[in-house]
Amino acid sequence: MLTYTIRRLILTVPTLLFISFVIFLIVKLSPSDPTANLPLTIPPEVREKIRESLGVNQPLTVQYLLWLKQFFWLEPRIVLEGWFGWDLGTEGEIRLISYQTRSPVMDLIWQRMPQTLWVVGTAYLVGILIAIPIGIYSAYKQYSVFDQAGTFISMVGFSVPPFFSGVLVIVIFSVLIPTDSFWWLPSIYDTTHEVVDWESFKFQFRQMIMPVMVLALQITAQISRFARASMLDNLNQDYVRTARAKGVRERGVVMKHVLRNSMIPVVTVIALGIPGIFGGAIITEQVFKVNGLGQLLIIAIQGGDVPMVQTLTFIFAILIVLFNLVADVLYGLLDPRIRYD
Amino acid sequence: MTLKSMLMSAVATVALTPMAFADAHEGERGRDGQLNIIYWQAPSTLNPYLSGGTKEVESASLVLESLGRFSDTGELMPWLAADIPTVENGGLAADLTSITWTLKEGVMWSDGTPLTAADAVFTWKYCTDPDGGCAQSSYFDGVENIEALDDLTIKISFNAPKPFPYTALVGSESPILQAAQFADCMGANAPTCTDANFGPIGTGPFVVTEFKANDVIQFAANENFREEGKPAFATVNFKGGGDAASAARSVLETGEYDYAWNLQIDPTVLADMESKGLGTVVTAFGTSVERLHINQSNPDPALGDERATLKHPHPFLTDPEIGKAMSMAIDRALLVEVGYGAGGQVTCNVLPAPAVYASTANDGCKVQDIAGANAVLDAAGYMDTNGDGIREKDGMPLSVTYQTSTNAVRQDTQALVKQWWSEIGIDTELRNIDASVFFGGDPASPDTFQKFFADVEMYTNNFAGVDPEAYMANWRCSEIPSPDTQWQGSNMQRFCDPAYDALVDKLAQTAGIDARAEIVKEMNDMLMASYSIIPLIHRGGVSAHANTLGGVLISDWDSELWNIKDWYSTK
Amino acid sequence: MTDMTPELEKPARSQWWDVWAQFRTHKGALVGAFVFFLILFGVLIGPFLWPYDATTIDIRSRNQGPSWGHPMGTDQLGRDTLARVMIGGRVSLAVGLTAMFIALILGTLIGVLAGFFKWLDGVLMRLTDLFLALPLLPLLLVIIMLFRETLSARFGPEGGIFILMVFAIGITSWMQTARIVRGDVLSLKEREFMLAARSIGTPNGRMMSRHILPNVLSPIMVSATLGIATAIITESALSFLGLGFPPDFPTWGRLLRDGTDFLQQYPERAIWPGLMISLTVLSVNYMGDGLRDALDPRIRGR
Repeated sequence: MLTYTIRRLILTVPTLLFISFVIFLIVKLSPSDPTANLPLTIPPEVREKIRESLGVNQPLTVQYLLWLKQFFWLEPRIVLEGWFGWDLGTEGEIRLISYQTRSPVMDLIWQRMPQTLWVVGTAYLVGILIAIPIGIYSAYKQYSVFDQAGTFISMVGFSVPPFFSGVLVIVIFSVLIPTDSFWWLPSIYDTTHEVVDWESFKFQFRQMIMPVMVLALQITAQISRFARASMLDNLNQDYVRTARAKGVRERGVVMKHVLRNSMIPVVTVIALGIPGIFGGAIITEQVFKVNGLGQLLIIAIQGGDVPMVQTLTFIFAILIVLFNLVADVLYGLLDPRIRYD
Repeated sequence: MTLKSMLMSAVATVALTPMAFADAHEGERGRDGQLNIIYWQAPSTLNPYLSGGTKEVESASLVLESLGRFSDTGELMPWLAADIPTVENGGLAADLTSITWTLKEGVMWSDGTPLTAADAVFTWKYCTDPDGGCAQSSYFDGVENIEALDDLTIKISFNAPKPFPYTALVGSESPILQAAQFADCMGANAPTCTDANFGPIGTGPFVVTEFKANDVIQFAANENFREEGKPAFATVNFKGGGDAASAARSVLETGEYDYAWNLQIDPTVLADMESKGLGTVVTAFGTSVERLHINQSNPDPALGDERATLKHPHPFLTDPEIGKAMSMAIDRALLVEVGYGAGGQVTCNVLPAPAVYASTANDGCKVQDIAGANAVLDAAGYMDTNGDGIREKDGMPLSVTYQTSTNAVRQDTQALVKQWWSEIGIDTELRNIDASVFFGGDPASPDTFQKFFADVEMYTNNFAGVDPEAYMANWRCSEIPSPDTQWQGSNMQRFCDPAYDALVDKLAQTAGIDARAEIVKEMNDMLMASYSIIPLIHRGGVSAHANTLGGVLISDWDSELWNIKDWYSTK
Repeated sequence: MTDMTPELEKPARSQWWDVWAQFRTHKGALVGAFVFFLILFGVLIGPFLWPYDATTIDIRSRNQGPSWGHPMGTDQLGRDTLARVMIGGRVSLAVGLTAMFIALILGTLIGVLAGFFKWLDGVLMRLTDLFLALPLLPLLLVIIMLFRETLSARFGPEGGIFILMVFAIGITSWMQTARIVRGDVLSLKEREFMLAARSIGTPNGRMMSRHILPNVLSPIMVSATLGIATAIITESALSFLGLGFPPDFPTWGRLLRDGTDFLQQYPERAIWPGLMISLTVLSVNYMGDGLRDALDPRIRGR
């Protein structure tokens, strides 16, 4: 297992380099322009000058190599300097600059991280915590009232897109309920809010309720379906009958034998979803104005901000590759018969 | 001619000076607590020279100021300048080649240092540095030199007589930067000055306390602001993100915010929200016109590289009779009612404002006339010969592709226009393109509005300030986009008429408001008669403010927030 | 029905007969199938029977509530909502089902191959990583820029965009299925019955079709049901961003998106298309449940 993990980690480097090149090509080839969103009163010559100053017109290879150097050599050193107070000679070097804000890409990403992790991360956690028990119990009591209701609610929840459910909860909790009521919830997320005491925590909690609710609905629906299906598969297996015949208590049969063997698809879905937390939730963030990483990405795409799109999607790619590796390692732990070597 | 009279004649409504409002609500600075503003497109920087977007310019206008600003009525008001230079008061040279501004005395930057003429000179150098990529450099077009005659006097010299000299350092798009703060940020160094770009030191009523790009800005009242007791608000929370409907909801329905910008949503929905009684919808009209451009060149893909160039005139749209029929078939009043509400007015001119320039020769288009349009086409000999409901010209069906950017209101307009054109035997295929592609200048993309690989396209254009000279020059022959110019140029519909070009040159040499207005009207009518542009709607900015917020006078000639120093709370 | 293979014909027929018999006993599956085919017939035949056209604007009767003339009301341009829901359903169902099948076939194929053959695992899984990492929006912009004109010229503007959408959604949504199937196959491969099958010399092809596929069916079924919903919703998000169908071309996702703006004034405008999406997803889900049970020999035997 260890050698497998190490080998996979080493393989990760060329994979990621290749992915970064493909992403770069796609982002550069797509027809967008950093000056597209400027008012039409700005004349074409000036637009050309702006593009020139951003380096949009340089050869592709030059831009790609510059990006590689900035991302892999300069930015990590700046992070280290920030953490340990060292001096690694980064003074005066041009950092990875976003076209739209003319400020370092990495600073913006660090700035957006907290609200995305708070909202999307919490939703993910809540979603998993609700989904797995529902999945287990639905499968155990297949076709019971609980199972039928669970299926119905989760499928409806999954088929309602967040641009609808988000607006629906805002209309209910922010518009129809009067502002001074206890049940009223803010429709706009305050990203400058800091949690310092109980009162400010309560505020943070209140403003997170709606976005977390909307996101968790989707996540719960998805994971509980996979958990239920996988449990059902295993509940009919011979080893379950054997365990019961042996006199293992019902609880032990389900929680120990069946659950562990049913986790492989669930682990895959959960692991694949974790990079998604960092990717943010584009629509939900927009509906509630959370302005996290998802909003950063969509604005960058709309604004033709190549360095920002490239960096964000690449960080996303790193996380995907890493969490897929984690999932593979977990398979081995969950099912010792799986051997990679 | 006096400048005042020229600008005042441009004013259509009664001017209410902001002072009249503020007098009734005096008090100490910062007495009204926090002001919450939501812009659903978030500002990405506070340096308007690095990003020309409206959201950046308007948010920066809380901090950075210029010599003069345009009021809600389009009147030029002295702001950092003591007064507006004119030929009469000697500020403007008689030959129109230089202008001399005098700063107000005792204006301080928010860090406590005095504002001097050297800052203005620096700003000019900053924006015209060839490596800087300054988005507002067109404001300094024709400026030969800017010099500081003394600490308070700025002299701007032009390389040719400038009939309208109030561009450089006037209006929220070209404010004065502090030389001390931006000294190391010239040219290629501009992007390295993140702190300065995100927190410029200004002379305005507010100072930046926190800036999160594309998210939120926090401002606090400027303790060194030159006017006693202003601003009324101690802090401003300037939030970005979301969409227009939710921004409107947060002001009009939940009352979480006090001011929301650019609310182009369905008029019935907006009216419904307003009826809740928490806030008021306000509009300001400038020069924006939603229009159709009728391609005079042939966009047929079979033409390859010569597609949509003047080498191949359009097979039928070059005939003004067809354009005339297309224009007559459109019910503009209904388009306003369905898509724009208070934010739109019917117009038959590509230049509807200022009032002095607005022609009345084309007003016939205000009423829909389907029967008339059919008669025009019948008379011109375009008949439906094969009975499929579509007219033909020499066997070629009159079918057009009609493209615009993606936007709910534009798609409704497209659907309506398609229906009306089908009633006069013109077949329409609709297409919508993501705005960042459509308005982007990527020469590799076939979908940009400059390439115009379609028969009809629709968007809004306008001009900044109150002088239309540069705007009307958009339709010169030399402005036609083509492969030779990398598809750059602003004459989208490929209109080319030597007589029109002659008028452009004449306008550039003519001074005097009435003489200029005559020429401009003639040019407008020439464009209208060619039916290469079909104006649809004179669009205004639509915003909403809470009923507890006073002093709001939104302007479409300058930043909407131009007089935020006079805003107050009535709570 | 040839005389050459009489002994093979009978058991094959009776096996599918068994599956059908088992499927029939599953009440949820029957109701699901009934609703699904009802929707399918409604959107296919409905527009021919209904007097209103989905794109005809009748501005005098706009923003109407439900009535006998317009059972679902009219929109802000006076177009009949029922006609739009029916026409929109054609596109949404076609996009949803086709994209789901592409994703399912690609995902299952890659998942089974990667799990079964160790030498393919590395390559195929890195390919999966690549697709997972690709940014969907810029990718679509590129695809549309490169292929729209050629496809439009060949299949007409709507046909061309339809092919693009199905292709784009299909090739960007198979990865999850592939990862899940692979994970299951990895664990199945080490089971005793696989060892037994291998020891009697079963060829790889038959191992996969007879032993692996039936055992990974349930995650595939779940992927399929979720896949339809995802495809319909992705299509709506793309239409909204201007990358989808022409604007005067209704789809369920687009109707729902447009209706959301009028949620307080005319809630039914969002509820109808939303209801259709939910009903479709639910019915496919129950059908999938029934099919899974019917295909499981352990249950069928009982």
